[in-house]
Amino acid sequence: MKRSAYAYPYLLWMALFIVVPLAIVLFYALTDTVDGRLIFTLENFSAAFDPAYVKVFLRSLWMAALATVICLAIGYPLALVLSSRHFKAGKLLLMLVVIPMWMNFLLRTYAWINLLSDNGIIMKALQFFGVENLSLLYNQTAVIVGLVYNFLPFMVLPIYTSLIKIEPNLYEAAGDLGANSFMSFLKVTLPLSVPGIVSGITMTFMPAITSFAVSRLMGGGLVTMYGELIENQFYFMRDWHFGATLSIVMMVLVLISAVLTRNNKNKEGGMLW
Amino acid sequence: MVKQALRWALVIAVLLFLYAPILTLVVFSFNSGKYMGNWTGFSLRWYVELFNDAVIMRSLWITLSVALIAAVVSTILGTLAAAGIHAMKNRHANLVENITYIPMLSPDIVTGISLMLLFVFAGIKLGYGTMLLAHVTFNLPYVIFSVLPKLRALPQHQYEAAIDLGATPGFALRKVVLPQIMPGILTGLIFAFTLSIDDFVISYFTSQDVSNLSMTIYSMARRGLSPKLNALSSIMFLTVLTLLIVINVRSARQGKKETV
Amino acid sequence: MADRIIELKNIRKSFDGETVLDGIDLYIRRREFLTLLGPSGCGKTTMLRIIAGFETADSGDLLFEGQRINDVPPYKRRVNTVFQRYSLFPHMNVFDNVAFGLNIKKMGKAEIARRVAAMLEMVGLAGYEKRQPESLSGGQQQRVAIARALVNEPEVLLLDEPLAALDLKMRKEMQLELKRMQQQLGITFIFVTHDQEEALTMSDTIVVMSRGQIQQIGTPVDIYNEPANAFVADFIGESNLLEGVMEKDYLCRFAGYSFPCLDKGFMKNEEVEIVVRPEDVDIVAPEKGMIVCTVRSIVFMGVHYEIMLEGADGMLWKVHTTDPVEPGAVVGLYLDPDAIHVMKSSDEPLASEQEEMAALEEEEDEG
Repeated sequence: MKRSAYAYPYLLWMALFIVVPLAIVLFYALTDTVDGRLIFTLENFSAAFDPAYVKVFLRSLWMAALATVICLAIGYPLALVLSSRHFKAGKLLLMLVVIPMWMNFLLRTYAWINLLSDNGIIMKALQFFGVENLSLLYNQTAVIVGLVYNFLPFMVLPIYTSLIKIEPNLYEAAGDLGANSFMSFLKVTLPLSVPGIVSGITMTFMPAITSFAVSRLMGGGLVTMYGELIENQFYFMRDWHFGATLSIVMMVLVLISAVLTRNNKNKEGGMLW
Repeated sequence: MVKQALRWALVIAVLLFLYAPILTLVVFSFNSGKYMGNWTGFSLRWYVELFNDAVIMRSLWITLSVALIAAVVSTILGTLAAAGIHAMKNRHANLVENITYIPMLSPDIVTGISLMLLFVFAGIKLGYGTMLLAHVTFNLPYVIFSVLPKLRALPQHQYEAAIDLGATPGFALRKVVLPQIMPGILTGLIFAFTLSIDDFVISYFTSQDVSNLSMTIYSMARRGLSPKLNALSSIMFLTVLTLLIVINVRSARQGKKETV
Repeated sequence: MADRIIELKNIRKSFDGETVLDGIDLYIRRREFLTLLGPSGCGKTTMLRIIAGFETADSGDLLFEGQRINDVPPYKRRVNTVFQRYSLFPHMNVFDNVAFGLNIKKMGKAEIARRVAAMLEMVGLAGYEKRQPESLSGGQQQRVAIARALVNEPEVLLLDEPLAALDLKMRKEMQLELKRMQQQLGITFIFVTHDQEEALTMSDTIVVMSRGQIQQIGTPVDIYNEPANAFVADFIGESNLLEGVMEKDYLCRFAGYSFPCLDKGFMKNEEVEIVVRPEDVDIVAPEKGMIVCTVRSIVFMGVHYEIMLEGADGMLWKVHTTDPVEPGAVVGLYLDPDAIHVMKSSDEPLASEQEEMAALEEEEDEG
């Protein structure tokens, strides 16, 4: 027996549960049921580019991008501090940053709902100072907070990993060649941490744009994102053909992003513990 | 000095942001009253209610059993697959690896929907079995990519050296190859188990009558606040904390550098 | 026939349509130290792997003591291998590595301990039983690998470039030691290398290979002194390679002159290739020389000088001698009849040319 035969059960599994299902999605996207009969049509795709849906699409892009930028703005300096040689507790503190990632993300989201809800601690505090008629939950900001909260560790971790790998000699060399600490950050640290940044952005942006639970729970249906839109087609509208079409659109978007960042293949890396 | 103070300020601010919600939950899980921000006295009431909640307990059991079975099945299948891919010619191995990346890359919601459509298409009722099949499917790539690098890092000709010395192929795999790739297999197993425990989206689409913990939390959270979830969060948080401390202490003892 | 332990009959092997072994016929005598020598890609390692059983020949017969063993799996063959990168089991200590084969044979514990100790003693590693392979130097790891193979008392030991990863001093040391072990144990060694010096030092018989074919089989002395063709002459030792014709028996013509030589049996005016070893060229006074040359360069090599001479026609001669000459001096070049080796023309590309071709092909593949 050839040793490559060990992979045959997996190949079969993969064909059955990855390739065939994707083919079925495509089949649904390209068909529609009219009077109980199945017909082939591109109607779903033209509908997917209807301004109403494009608007949701763009809003998802915008919100995911905003969440990603905030994660980067907080995550990069944090990773920089934690990886610094002058910061002895860095490794332990990094672990503290990572731990929440291991908790069920719905419970993490629920924790924020709790905090922001009308009966929550923040509202009570605000009411104490006389602020009334304000709702912290169920708006765009709440969704962004939820996304940032859920994905921040995914930004910090790869950046930290790429920073810690930089040889300390390089800083000495840069200093020796006349660079002050700002220049050496600009010319050495930043370029060498690009792989970490790219991987952090991928690990934040992708799940952010495709998530539907956070926007459903914290946006309360008022701030629809693309993932939520897809879910709606299956559970409320019962239009599976259109839902499949929207899924294909999202898949294409993800594949394009994956090609753009193809050098960063490891989605989560083997570095979580 | 100023610099160091700024560093600490940033770290503390982020940790506050990350832990404030969780710690509030933990504190108020011991509140006797129903409302957050309104402390009415210490009580274990919500913990008692949590353990008496048949729906939550049932979904906890489903989560654990699905995670365990899916992790074991995907580890066995995935390890065999990695061995097979390792033996393939480069061109074939590349093709298989690239297809293996698909479920890692594609959004959970698309994976979930595509599997749901498959099961509906095949006339299989959405429930425990379909959830299990889905979990094995999304676990497999992670197992394969944990084991494959270990196989590739084996010193040259290990298998051949063993059979050259008289070992049968089975003996060579068990006594020479397996012990060396064991860390990768265990990583894959733990990875698969945690992914499975944490999954919401794919389970949500591939199971209807049977809910795992994530699905139950989702439906409870949608209906509004429930102090029982506070108690549940506290328990989960403590479990995760304990596990991670144990793992890190162990790996620190083994002096492994690659761990974070 | 009785002393032929291994025989290869018309063995062919190709990978992905590329021929690696092209009809190999060879026999190996019991207790012989036989070396497969050739540039990378000549098929020598594939041949070794076929004998070990890791590869199966596409056609032809592999005989072991007269029995066909093409389909016998490696673990049932009475041969053992020492791998290029040692391939020690990193999760076992030195003792368990060496005892691996004996454990499989279900030998008694005491007997295993005794044999392992004796074998480690022989390779000079007594007392290293509990060490992990990664804590040993390259040379020590190699000794463990040799002990691990020899402890099984194979009829034939296969060695796949075992010294390639060692530094020069260690390599010289191991060459002598391997030869000693082979003589002491009286078993057959089949040794693969691309290092001609190593082959000349250690072997009883050398098999020179190029592009999947055997170019010459012979003792080190035969191969050095009577290379069968230009490829062998070029690959073994240094040489001046020239094209010429055989004017008649005992007289050949090259570089514009006729020279008496010791060869006969060629057709009249047959095109031949001439090899002249640098140490066989004599430098004499200009009027006594066969060819008048100018000294282009002289480099001291330690034991001898390497001198480049240029003839009137621009032809360059490499000469090894212990007597220095002045650069720019005009000298005579003298060739004894036994300094001239005449060979039939062959179209086998030289090793250096093969490397160039391989590099070109690689570039094309990338482009």
